[in-house]
Amino acid sequence: MTDSTENLRRTSLYELHKKAGAKLVPFAGWEMPVQYPDGIRAEHQQVRSHAGIFDVSHMGEIETTGPQAEEFLQHILSNDVSRIAVGGAQYSALCQEDGGVIDDLFTYRLGPQRYLTVTNASNHEIDFKWFTQQAGGFDVDVVDRANEYAMIALQGPDARRILGELLGNGAAPARMTIVESHFGDHPALICGTGYTGEDGVEILVAPADAPAIWEDLIIAGAKPIGLAARDTLRLEVCFHLYGNDLSLDRDPISAGLEWACALDTGFIGADALKKIKEAGPKQKLTPFTIVGPGIPRQDNPVFLGGTEIGIVTSGTLSPSLDNGIGMAYVDAEFAKPGTDFEIDIRGKLRPAQARKKPLYAKQ
Amino acid sequence: MADEHYPEDLIYHPEHDWAKVEGDVATFGITWFAQDALGEVVFFEPPAVGTVVTKDASYAEIESVKAVSEVVAPLSGEIVEVNDALESAPETINDDPYGAGWMVKIKLSDPSEAASLLDPAAYKALL
Repeated sequence: MTDSTENLRRTSLYELHKKAGAKLVPFAGWEMPVQYPDGIRAEHQQVRSHAGIFDVSHMGEIETTGPQAEEFLQHILSNDVSRIAVGGAQYSALCQEDGGVIDDLFTYRLGPQRYLTVTNASNHEIDFKWFTQQAGGFDVDVVDRANEYAMIALQGPDARRILGELLGNGAAPARMTIVESHFGDHPALICGTGYTGEDGVEILVAPADAPAIWEDLIIAGAKPIGLAARDTLRLEVCFHLYGNDLSLDRDPISAGLEWACALDTGFIGADALKKIKEAGPKQKLTPFTIVGPGIPRQDNPVFLGGTEIGIVTSGTLSPSLDNGIGMAYVDAEFAKPGTDFEIDIRGKLRPAQARKKPLYAKQ
Repeated sequence: MADEHYPEDLIYHPEHDWAKVEGDVATFGITWFAQDALGEVVFFEPPAVGTVVTKDASYAEIESVKAVSEVVAPLSGEIVEVNDALESAPETINDDPYGAGWMVKIKLSDPSEAASLLDPAAYKALL
């Protein structure tokens, strides 16, 4: 990151984070809460057993409208956009011609000819440029909506009950759907999605409306959760993080995202991905656990019998398992769950084992 | 977690380590400020007894959920005892940084080095 502190952007919830005693750090050009005084482990457990709220206002939004909105998105997104019903949601990759991943995205269908795509903060400008460039031959309007939305993720087994206290029972949409709603007079989009492996919603509102909603959610029982716990939560359930597990140098097939690739729709990158699929990917992204002590970190090499076979892209201590966990790209023959290998954690080889995802599942 | 404090009977290294000198043996640990900056410590593996440590050089790694940091030796000498209990309970470093959270004891090779460390007031002035 090359952020200089004075250029960092702040979300509309910044003052509330400061008041709550959060540690604020530069993240993707924004000054974001990495943890609150309760600490990462307590925050993590709060989301696993009750409910937490995350300020994810740094994420971007791109709206695509027009008669050819579906055809256009089908052309650039890896998943089958024609399968998103109005009020539906879908995960996909945005790929280059060679299959390299520009970003991973959620797209919501707000109307027959109206879609909203949520981008990663670090990629938003790149994504918007790509959308605009590729939209040339299509009858669509592509509009950058990043400044018009704040985003609050409410996640955890109590999320629905808490949202119900604010908006009435049944306010939370089903998983993978989106509804237009209101907090008082203020319009909101409520999405049945998240990044924690727990039930919950993501709420899109005007930035000015976010602080009051944030405070109401806390009164109703949710606790603020920082980006550090967001990372441990997502890694326990093996959700990809762009910049770690996905990049221009990695493709969705190797990343285990073939389920989000409708290769017959002819999207940009589909031909390259078909070839990778036919030949078999050289490396595969593999969840693993450390056997014994040690916490793996991004860029730790993976060894087997003295030969380097891969590299860790995400690693942490799992608060739920109290064990080192991670994801690594390893040569495909060693990616099978149960395979033993070693992670070189700063010069010490630590035994590890490839696992099926998720690494953590509710009992 | 303990409240912020810097005991009077310790001497301090600017890299946020403390030493307690008793004769020619010193006990090392990290300060309240250091453990607070790290957040919850989740991993600490002390070096082996017999390892020679050098003032101002790293002698161990300490890990929080977020990141790894190096622990700097405030004084030089040879490790004579390590706090094995930290391997199974690294959070002790947060709970009691000056007591049960001690890391190693060393036999000093040059006790005069202690004169270059800081008293609590001088250390607090750095924070």
